Amino acid sequence: MESTIIKSKGFNASFGSNHVVKNVNIEIPRNHVIAVMGPSGCGKTTYLRCINRMHELIPGATSSGEMTINNENIYDMHPIFVRQKIGMVFQRPNPFPNLSIYDNVIAGYKLNGIRLPKAERDRIVEHSLTRVALWKEVKDALNKKGSFLSGGQQQRLCIARAVAMEPEVLLFDEPTSALDPISTSTVEELFHELKANYTLIIVTHNMQQAARVSDKTAFFYMGELVEYDETKIMFTNPKDKRTQNYITGRFS
Amino acid sequence: MDGKNIKYRIGKSNVAQIVTTIFAFACVIPLLFILGFILKAGITKINWHFLVSIPKPVGESGGGIVNALVGSILIILCASVIAIPIGILAGIYLSENGKSRLAYWCRLCVDILQGVPSIVIGIIAYFWLVKPLGGFSALSGSVALAIMMLPIVIRSTEETLKLLPSSLQEAAFALGMPFHRVMFKVVVPVGISGILSGVMLAIARITGETAPLLFTAFGNPYLSYNITKPMQSLPHLIFDYATSPYDDWKNLAWGASVILLLWVLLLNIFTKLITRKWKVQL
Repeated sequence: MESTIIKSKGFNASFGSNHVVKNVNIEIPRNHVIAVMGPSGCGKTTYLRCINRMHELIPGATSSGEMTINNENIYDMHPIFVRQKIGMVFQRPNPFPNLSIYDNVIAGYKLNGIRLPKAERDRIVEHSLTRVALWKEVKDALNKKGSFLSGGQQQRLCIARAVAMEPEVLLFDEPTSALDPISTSTVEELFHELKANYTLIIVTHNMQQAARVSDKTAFFYMGELVEYDETKIMFTNPKDKRTQNYITGRFS
Repeated sequence: MDGKNIKYRIGKSNVAQIVTTIFAFACVIPLLFILGFILKAGITKINWHFLVSIPKPVGESGGGIVNALVGSILIILCASVIAIPIGILAGIYLSENGKSRLAYWCRLCVDILQGVPSIVIGIIAYFWLVKPLGGFSALSGSVALAIMMLPIVIRSTEETLKLLPSSLQEAAFALGMPFHRVMFKVVVPVGISGILSGVMLAIARITGETAPLLFTAFGNPYLSYNITKPMQSLPHLIFDYATSPYDDWKNLAWGASVILLLWVLLLNIFTKLITRKWKVQL
């Protein structure tokens, strides 16, 4: 199997006349954890949202250039199809407040009108919750509302919801910034487990997190991809002056 | 600041508080008086016979309001069937496309529609439906009432959905759901308590409308289930019988007033219960 899964070539994104992602070229290898870091407003979240076409939901948002998954242009596919292939987890945990934990996990099937036999649904729920290390904690409370869980548990529930769709890529938009340190480390441990089956792209403004969890790191600054390399190299021997300044804390 | 000055200021503050309390209390009085007066005059007229029989001709005592009760329920049911789907869908559009040009004009028209006097809506229904169809009908009354319900349903749906966090929709879209499923499987179910309370308020509002029914549903002294024919309704019956010179008919009007009042009261209480019970904790 070819090792590159997501590839951007000359990719641009804007909000109206505000050009926020500029000419990004990147190749993301399969089954790796990629951290995307950079100061606030550098376009990292916008770039992430372009990968599963969430960007275009905002009025006035446009994009151009090439973005492919397995050499197929994402922008030639239907967004509904893209989003089922590329799951997403958001900054704040957002389980569906009207659904039980069980229904939240299966939401991608249930709310899309995909009918599955009960045994298959049970299997998916257990499998997904086990993947995110939540099964033991909630297996006796599957019929309770998802919003009764703690913030960290809710975030893992959201990851389980994305995992349940068996996507190829999982996007994380600052997944731990609303969580306490213990929940954060639980979620970070998950990344290592998940990369065996998925490709993970994680936006973070926490450098330590990027260093801890990722195989490769991309550094965005002012909408440009400044540097993209093995995480070890990025943090020990960055080539670009701006990367160096950023990781040594000269600006943030 | 000397002691006299501060006493004067404290005194003024107290007076202001007392005055606002008095006027707040004063607002409760009219409703209590109306309730007391109508209950006193009408409650004795209500019995089982009153609820299940049609009005008797002049000169015979007794008789009931079943024709108006059934008529009101049918007319409001039809109005709801027309107004609720349109209102909720338009409300969804407004909350989703709040900044579009169409949304601006739609909102403006809805606001103006809310201010149009009900008798004018009645005349419009008369010219659009009653005349072309060649006769008075309950259905044309329902259409007039539906037009009156629309603004309340639309705006309450819009306001409810606007308050929901955008992260909810993003979660749904990110799972690859198409727009209609995001709306009807996620957004509307989460906002259902607000939407329903708007619907209930709209029903409570049109329950007592008489003017639009005068030249549409027209009224009918007999029990009728046919919505293409004239039909009686509670407010219409009150209007007809309260202005009649006969005591028996006046008594019917009093009894009908109590029923109408209880109906609106119960709807309001029911709305409050629904809002509390079905509220989704975000």
